[in-house]
Amino acid sequence: MGSAIEILDANAIDRALTRIAHEIAERNPKGQELVVIGIHQGGVPLARRLARLLRGIYGQDIPFGTIDVGMHRDDLDQRISPNMHPTDIPFNLNTKTVILVDDVIFSGRTIRAALDALNDFGRPKTIQLAVMVDRGHRELPIKPDFIGRTVETRFEDRVEVELHDDGRKDTVSLIRS
Amino acid sequence: MTWTRKHLLDIESLTAEEITTILDTSRAFKEVGERPIKKVPALRGKTVVNLFIEPSTRTRVSFELAAHRLTADIINFTAEASSLRKGETLKDTAQTLEALNADMIIIRHGASGAPHFLARFLGASVINAGDGAHEHPTQALLDVFTIREHFNHIANLKVTIVGDILYSRVARSNIWALLKLGAQVTLCGPSTLVPKEFERLGCHLTHDLTEAIAEADVINLLRIQHERQNRTSFPNLGEYIRFFGLTKERLDQAKPEALIMHPGPINRGVEIDSQVADCDQSVILEQVTHGLAVRMAVLFLINGGKRPPGSFNLEK
Repeated sequence: MGSAIEILDANAIDRALTRIAHEIAERNPKGQELVVIGIHQGGVPLARRLARLLRGIYGQDIPFGTIDVGMHRDDLDQRISPNMHPTDIPFNLNTKTVILVDDVIFSGRTIRAALDALNDFGRPKTIQLAVMVDRGHRELPIKPDFIGRTVETRFEDRVEVELHDDGRKDTVSLIRS
Repeated sequence: MTWTRKHLLDIESLTAEEITTILDTSRAFKEVGERPIKKVPALRGKTVVNLFIEPSTRTRVSFELAAHRLTADIINFTAEASSLRKGETLKDTAQTLEALNADMIIIRHGASGAPHFLARFLGASVINAGDGAHEHPTQALLDVFTIREHFNHIANLKVTIVGDILYSRVARSNIWALLKLGAQVTLCGPSTLVPKEFERLGCHLTHDLTEAIAEADVINLLRIQHERQNRTSFPNLGEYIRFFGLTKERLDQAKPEALIMHPGPINRGVEIDSQVADCDQSVILEQVTHGLAVRMAVLFLINGGKRPPGSFNLEK
């Protein structure tokens, strides 16, 4: 077990999310086309909060969905099968602006899998990526559009995002191996 | 919970956690079946063989479609058209299929233990699709999945299985799965088909259908398996129907929300009345849909079970 360093506390997470929500609104003046989709597991609570903030900014409903990328991973041959969660996208993505949300971006392979998985639900007009932490070490040409915090990490480190809906303290920490 | 097994040979050797992992994974695959595009690339490039030495349509088709929806290649090898007819042994047949680089072999065989036998020497994964009167693991998993989808839990539910228990691999696999997940199991049928030994497993036995279904949350009716009975276990079909056929009148004695299940193919007018098979409490067709989801989950999990844990890196 390595040492854990707190990168963001609950207030910082809150402020980062609020800023991201406003950046999204600035980039996408028309809220009618917007949908928010969180990637299981870490992206889901984050996406839920982001959708709530966006509803406040636009003053209208913003559809929210979740996607599990386990069936589209490129490493299924090299690993124990991942734990799966049902994907829940109860709307068509054709001509929509999808805000894809994950907690941490690292190699970029999860996002590649998510883009592939989203294909089966329609042809969005555009997909924009929001993450709480960009920790570098990309292995694919993928770049987030909205970032909570960019963090310098070593490849072996881990970044943990803990979000709670029950009032416990939210935190993002870097775990040195 | 992670799945690390290379084969699915029976329910008896699984833990409750492993069964729950399959059920949780099945929920994700059930959703895939509800999409406009019902196919995912999870098993792209894998070769799956349906080795059906005993005739079957529904289980074979279900596995076949499951493999297709996972983008695996699947070939069917059935007894009628096989070299086994020409005197080849099961071992030679299986090794021939493995020489074609099959990654998974799904086997249905009339002899109990045939899948275990193959698993001992094959490099490929083996999935039991029914072996003699021993086990039919994916049937039990889809039954338990169907129950869980309706009640959200299994523990403490009262499940009654009616009919030919002695010769039924469906009953055996169901009993193991239900008991491991904490259900209370009642078995009902003629004394010749419901042997005392099952009490030792922790099941309640009765030969009175009305008593068996009175408190049941789930009533699972089994088909009378003429092909597995080498002698007659009850005087005649008419008498079986009179005592153990589920009629509308008998069902009215049970809880109104009790689920009616049947692994199929159903014999209308024998173990189940048409009226009962088609009533709102019947989930027989739902079982078929769930069978597909469960088999996709099993193929998906088995695919990852070939390597020891720790030989991969998780992102983040």
